[in-house]
Amino acid sequence: MSLWSYANPVRFMGATRPLVPVLGAVAAVCILVGLAWGFFFTPDDYRQGSTVKIIYLHVPSALMAINAWFMMLVASLVWLIRRHHVSALAARAAAPVGVTMTLIALVTGAVWGSPMWGTWWAWDPRLTSFLILFLFYLGYIALWQAVEDPDAAADLTSVLCLVGSVFAVLSRYAVNFWNQGLHQGASLSLDAEKNVADVFYYPLLVCIAGFVALFAALVLLGTRTEIRARRLHVLRLRERMADA
Amino acid sequence: MPELGKYALEVTLAYGASAVLLTGLVAIVVGRAARVRRALERVEGRRDG
Repeated sequence: MSLWSYANPVRFMGATRPLVPVLGAVAAVCILVGLAWGFFFTPDDYRQGSTVKIIYLHVPSALMAINAWFMMLVASLVWLIRRHHVSALAARAAAPVGVTMTLIALVTGAVWGSPMWGTWWAWDPRLTSFLILFLFYLGYIALWQAVEDPDAAADLTSVLCLVGSVFAVLSRYAVNFWNQGLHQGASLSLDAEKNVADVFYYPLLVCIAGFVALFAALVLLGTRTEIRARRLHVLRLRERMADA
Repeated sequence: MPELGKYALEVTLAYGASAVLLTGLVAIVVGRAARVRRALERVEGRRDG
């Protein structure tokens, strides 16, 4: 079956109904196990002390903050090119999750940075691009709320998403582009270099799996809600027209 | 409870704030899903009944 068949709302609703509770359960188990493992059963870092335990929240949330925007970008492109409503609604559903992940990354980063860098905040390339990404998320959510016509709202928010993608890329690669600032390079990357010791790495992977599953569960649930909300809106309009 | 040493406040603050934000997010998404589903069932019930 083609992926495009899920652009049909009825088929999408049928396919995702069993997925949401499964993904929710996987998310709950992975996050609880990963955080408990990291918090209770890993040692302090020889330089950073117990603040290293913040990595289990900061890295997964930052990862999802950026990747949520890329998921919205793909969904927005599908909307702009193929006009599939489900993809526009999926992008809309991902925004609240993405903004929360961005906020968690900013807050935990500030709390972690305070004792390590001696400041809560610096206008460092990565921190600044993350803050701008957060503002783009807020603008994206506000734009969906502000435009009454759903297709026009999907068009405008998709364009905003394309523009904001620059900052999503910068959030990930700002350190490499400018090679300055307080924030270190990526903790996790696909190259051979190892930046995180195994004792921290494995619980971190479990936490990342949990955050990915949580994101997927909430986006699917949110998309299902948006589909229902749109049908509800249409039915209420029909009722009003019938009463008039 | 692990010994968090001189960074106990920072670690507790990071975990506490994240727990509040994640719980709030899940509550908002699940709550809205339930509200919309109930409202749609009511309207569809009127339509079919």
